[in-house]
Amino acid sequence: MQAVAGPGGIGVLDLQGGVQEHLDHLRRVGVSARPVKRTAELDGLVGLIIPGGESTCLSRLLTIFGLDVAIRQAYDHGLKLWGTCAGAILLARENIGETPFFGLIDIVVSRNAFGSQLDSFNREALAPAVAREPIPLTFIRAPKIVRTGEGVRVLLRLDDYIAAAEDDRILVTVFHPELTPSLAFHRYFARKCGLSVAGGDDAGLDPDWTPQSWMDFSYHV
Amino acid sequence: MAENRYLLNAQLAQMLKGGVIMDVVNVEQAQIAQEAGAVAVMALERVPADIRKQGGVARMSDPGLIKAIKAAVTIPVMAKARIGHFVEAQILQALKIDYIDESEVLTPADEECHIDKTRFEIPFVCGARNLGEALRRIAEGAAMIRTKGEAGTGNVVEAVRHMRTMNREIRQLAALPTEEIISFAKVNGIPYELALEVKKLGRLPVVNFAAGGIATPADAALMMQLGCDGVFVGSGIFKSSDPASRARAIVKATACFNDPEQLLEVSMDLGDPMPGLDVATMASEQRLAGRGW
Repeated sequence: MQAVAGPGGIGVLDLQGGVQEHLDHLRRVGVSARPVKRTAELDGLVGLIIPGGESTCLSRLLTIFGLDVAIRQAYDHGLKLWGTCAGAILLARENIGETPFFGLIDIVVSRNAFGSQLDSFNREALAPAVAREPIPLTFIRAPKIVRTGEGVRVLLRLDDYIAAAEDDRILVTVFHPELTPSLAFHRYFARKCGLSVAGGDDAGLDPDWTPQSWMDFSYHV
Repeated sequence: MAENRYLLNAQLAQMLKGGVIMDVVNVEQAQIAQEAGAVAVMALERVPADIRKQGGVARMSDPGLIKAIKAAVTIPVMAKARIGHFVEAQILQALKIDYIDESEVLTPADEECHIDKTRFEIPFVCGARNLGEALRRIAEGAAMIRTKGEAGTGNVVEAVRHMRTMNREIRQLAALPTEEIISFAKVNGIPYELALEVKKLGRLPVVNFAAGGIATPADAALMMQLGCDGVFVGSGIFKSSDPASRARAIVKATACFNDPEQLLEVSMDLGDPMPGLDVATMASEQRLAGRGW
């Protein structure tokens, strides 16, 4: 499936990782969306999702393609950003033991904070600012947000860490809403970008979503 | 394995899409791979080109080596177990690596049975030459598939053959009326329910990477244009004359696989690739892809 975005759409950084999963969720939310591989593809977007993947790989590719500078400029001109998992690591002001990349939101993250793949897990939790019902959450080799600075609101706190937070222009989640049937965080981000989307403030569970839904957007020969 | 654990394992593979997984034999190589932008490393004692040259029985690597590599990087670490050697897999699971490759590059421990991967919590990736082989591995619990290719040759021809075969068989299956699927499944040795799922999806139901003989940025982009979700590079990086540059170039080529201008730029001045082997003149016992079924 070809994703398209007119002016006012949301982009998904298309260098590596969970790109198609986010495009599929944005389609379900009803906002126009497109993959962003080149700097010119940022034009006209109101929001950009930096997906999960491997943060070292993403950081190298962002630099190679000049997208780091272009995204920073677009952010200065009002582009809203959402980082999931590796994306959150890249946006954090401090990354324990590593050099921060964008450093745009005042949070401290700890990479691979749960351990190996055997420690990846699902759970449900209530994030009242996002939805009035509990939302399914998927954590894959996830980081933890261990501290937030001034101007950053905590959206979801679990056990000894913060799982979701935001400031006025950036949303960060250490889990993967795009790997679950819940559209709640995608609706929330679309509204943060100033878009009007259908659906209330429920968990937004899409009965038509399956774990293979992303394949509609994968490259077919 | 619980259903949600299998899904989490398939989803980790989704997060590796568009990336390059590199074979490394020591901590220094693992750090070069991570620095170059690898999405994971495959920790092993000998790359396939050396296994091929030295002969003998190739087994799971020393867990001490794998542990040292795991400690040196933040990206996921994979390691190989022999086909059918479920105890090597148990040891790798106890070591808490991120993915096991049940691999034909090692000498098979069982010529009839692959590992029952449903009995493990840890994810497995398995090689396949065609649709039937891929779906049999998925039926056994593999959460990710790769082409077998012909490892350690620096020759992409077999990986291309395997990917084209899978694509052709998927297209054939997708065009069949439902009542003909069971006979297609029988002839090709395909589990019926998975055949139905492939017909519906028009592709494999899990992430599918290229592997076996990839040696240049152009090889990686070729496999991506043939529809692979990402790339494994075994001997191709650390058997070349300038591993760090080649590793960076293959990472970039995999990300911009359908942009010839960019591919031109990344293909220049990389030094010598690994020396290649002609698969066509190779004796059948020298071919690793024939291991497993």
